[in-house]
Amino acid sequence: MDRKEILKVIDIKLNFGGNVALDNVSFNLKNGEILGLIGPNGAGKTCMLNCITMFYRPQVGQVFFEGKDITNSRTHQIAQFGISRTFQNIELFSGLTALENLMAGRHILMKAGAISSSIFFGKARREQIEHREAVEDIIDLLEMQAIRDKLVGSLPYGQRKRVDLGRALILEPKMLLLDEPLAGMNVEEKEDIVRFILDIHELKGTSIILVEHDMGVVMDIVDRVVVFDFGKKIAEGSPAEIKEDPDVIKAYLGTAKTE
Amino acid sequence: MFRPCGLFDETYAKNIAIVRTRQHWILIIIGLFIFLTFPLYLSGRILHFINLLGITLIAVQGLNILTGFTGQISLGQSAFVCVGAYTSALLTVHLNFSFFLALPCAAIITAVIGTIFGAPAMRIKGFYLAMATLAAQFLIPWMVTNVRTDLTGGSQAMHVPAPSIGGFVFNDQQSIFYIIIPITCLSIFLIRNLTRSRVGLAFLAIRDNDLAAETMGINLTKYKLLAFFICSFYAGVAGSLWAHWMRAISPDQFNLMESVWYLGMIIVGGMGSVIGVVYGVLFIKVFDISIILIGPRLTSFLPPQLAQDTAAGLAPFTFGMIILVFLIFEPRGLAHRWEIIKGYFRLWPFKY
Ligand SMILES: Nc1ncnc2c1ncn2[C@@H]1O[C@H](COP(=O)(O)OP(=O)(O)O)[C@@H](O)[C@H]1O
Ligand SMILES: [Mg+2]
Repeated sequence: MDRKEILKVIDIKLNFGGNVALDNVSFNLKNGEILGLIGPNGAGKTCMLNCITMFYRPQVGQVFFEGKDITNSRTHQIAQFGISRTFQNIELFSGLTALENLMAGRHILMKAGAISSSIFFGKARREQIEHREAVEDIIDLLEMQAIRDKLVGSLPYGQRKRVDLGRALILEPKMLLLDEPLAGMNVEEKEDIVRFILDIHELKGTSIILVEHDMGVVMDIVDRVVVFDFGKKIAEGSPAEIKEDPDVIKAYLGTAKTE
Repeated sequence: MFRPCGLFDETYAKNIAIVRTRQHWILIIIGLFIFLTFPLYLSGRILHFINLLGITLIAVQGLNILTGFTGQISLGQSAFVCVGAYTSALLTVHLNFSFFLALPCAAIITAVIGTIFGAPAMRIKGFYLAMATLAAQFLIPWMVTNVRTDLTGGSQAMHVPAPSIGGFVFNDQQSIFYIIIPITCLSIFLIRNLTRSRVGLAFLAIRDNDLAAETMGINLTKYKLLAFFICSFYAGVAGSLWAHWMRAISPDQFNLMESVWYLGMIIVGGMGSVIGVVYGVLFIKVFDISIILIGPRLTSFLPPQLAQDTAAGLAPFTFGMIILVFLIFEPRGLAHRWEIIKGYFRLWPFKY
């Protein structure tokens, strides 16, 4: 099957002082594909996502999204292009409820301005009611009914991860970047999240980059895998190929990951 | 408002409505009507206090947008009230503007100046931003005292005309009540609407996590500057009202202590709650005036000089204690406490 590339990352180089975090990394993501981005801790996976969302500025290299060079965009424009992400360390609006977190995530899809919403609350309210439906869809999809009106700051870890995922989805993104969505979860929670990711992929056809540090579950659900080690791309291929790849085996044995 | 147990919102529209039941509406209208008859029978001193509350409320509602909602601490709100007061005074005294035109002009000019002082917020936050706004707090009254003193009167009081319309002059507490209070109500209404919209949610998102807010497409620069604009716009409105209400203004009326009191009112009321600001302003102002009234009696057993000093120190001391107590025991303010009490009554006597 020949699909067009939605994302192209070309020769990205990122250093912090003398410390090279990404070294000439290139890869692409095809439309509607789930790509696994794996590698030991500190390999540069999160840095890669931060470069795609323009949170870090790579010294060298380019990022193309849907054929458009987005390398010099500002962070808040990324959402407008149709890219959204979750965070490894969960970055939520902790003083708001789960519902409000999602509602805030609809920001770019709503229009009401400061003056018009001050004066004509009716209009601003109608807009919110319209968007509430999309929010409820995500709440149903991710089974968050019970936590809808809870302040997210007080939720347990697994549920906060879920809100983080929901907020990324609420933008109706074309591409979803998931930074270790399974980290720190028990088996049951992991199964839920995997099911959600597959549901989203099937329902909306979203292209997904799934970052994980251990190979485990990821290998069963991704179409293709890119492996990082020490800021370099060391392998790329189907899950089956990657499992046999000597460099990958070495990288993982080298860091003695047992999980 | 108390809602009986078992009353749940069936639609989202109902869920976000401000006024939920018909009784609620009737109560509000009756309350407002009674309120508007106050000048007919209350004494000038009480009306003076209510007018002061109204003006303070406007300034603090503005500050709450910036600090309570957007999370940008400002120690300069009283300086922006100063800008509003002097702009309005200069326009009416030297350019013969009517008060009713000077007020919106003062609000917009103050908003622009406030936004300029807020520009550092694009790069710095927290403590450093507080320092930048502190600069405004020192710079602005200093400029009033030292620049073009032929126009402002410098550190001397500048006299400001009372508002007038078609020969009617609003020159006592009774009449100016009908200017100040409607503007206060309108301000609260506008801010309440704003904070419940997409814009208010964007402010809250920035307060809670600016990195995530930016990732969700919220333009941080734009919204932080907008928060400064709105905050100083209301400071300008409050300043203009202050000038034409006091009728004599001087730079020392707008000192750092005022700005700190404003912040205290937000802390007591509840950060990022519009109704909380009302509670906070009421609580602190009533407390303040009680201390002023009963302070001398409390300290009368001391030798005269010591008694006077102690009474003078009592207000700042109790203010400090109140802020401490709230920060430790109820950091979410009176608004939150009130919600808890309401929730309790709704379910009373069954705790299910
Ligand atoms: N802001 C930063 N400043 C300096 N070094 C950083 C920064 N962010 C990441 N790094 C370094 O870049 C490397 C890759 O980190 P990261 O992308 O977080 O790895 P991971 O693959 O575990 O997500 C690490 O060595 C890390 O120390
Ligand atoms: Mg990482």
